[in-house]
Amino acid sequence: MHTRRDMLNRSAQLAGMLAALGLLPELARSQGSPGPATAYNTAAFDAKTMAELMKALGGATPVESKDVTITGPDIAENGAVVPVGAATSLPGVKRLLLLVEKNPAMLSAIFEVSDAVDANFSTRVKMGQSSNVFAVAMMADGRVLYAAKEVKVTLGGCGG
Amino acid sequence: MADPMRIRAQAAGDKATVRVLMAHEMETGLRKDAAGKAIPAWYIQEVSAQLNGKTVMTAQWGPSVAKNPFLQFSVRGAKAGDKIGVSWVDNKGDKRSDEATVT
Repeated sequence: MHTRRDMLNRSAQLAGMLAALGLLPELARSQGSPGPATAYNTAAFDAKTMAELMKALGGATPVESKDVTITGPDIAENGAVVPVGAATSLPGVKRLLLLVEKNPAMLSAIFEVSDAVDANFSTRVKMGQSSNVFAVAMMADGRVLYAAKEVKVTLGGCGG
Repeated sequence: MADPMRIRAQAAGDKATVRVLMAHEMETGLRKDAAGKAIPAWYIQEVSAQLNGKTVMTAQWGPSVAKNPFLQFSVRGAKAGDKIGVSWVDNKGDKRSDEATVT
């Protein structure tokens, strides 16, 4: 049984170790990962429309594609926890985005894809009301592909 | 400091599926408390994952990711015994890193 003090100690040590090795995410990213997403992209997360979002991220106009898949329920009983997934089988993906069309801000998550991970992410998002959810793949060659799926929400997840 | 993450990494073939459950409130900043005052936003902004100390994935999240976020992804080339680390930073600058061994 670990006490809370143990955990705190240990996590502090780990953080110290990681910092020493230069492995904390902000340090690692400034050396690796190309593209403008080195800092938190506030403009993208404030975007209300797809056009605004693509402007913030520097992407082209998105094109619907069968090679991008979005997974999610047809009907979500609780909008506070909606399991969704974004994936693509195409090589050369730079980023995968998860969007919820009718949320106060569209963008939920940006995943930076590297060679060492599959372009396949699942998470849970909040949805204020029934809406389309999008998986958007930004390719290394500049193409932007998306897939959409409608999710009906019977109980909204924002406030109430 | 926030509560630890729960990380499970299972090898299957030449890759490992990693599932992470983070403990975080993920307040959007849009909710109001009983007195009608807005609850300030508090959510995870950046997430990264490491395989044996090398960063393999980074992500940026908005406030619309659900409370106590769940994340699943696959790491190529990970085998049993490898270390998977996951860290996050929230908009208050609070951070947390945890590690698990691939089974």
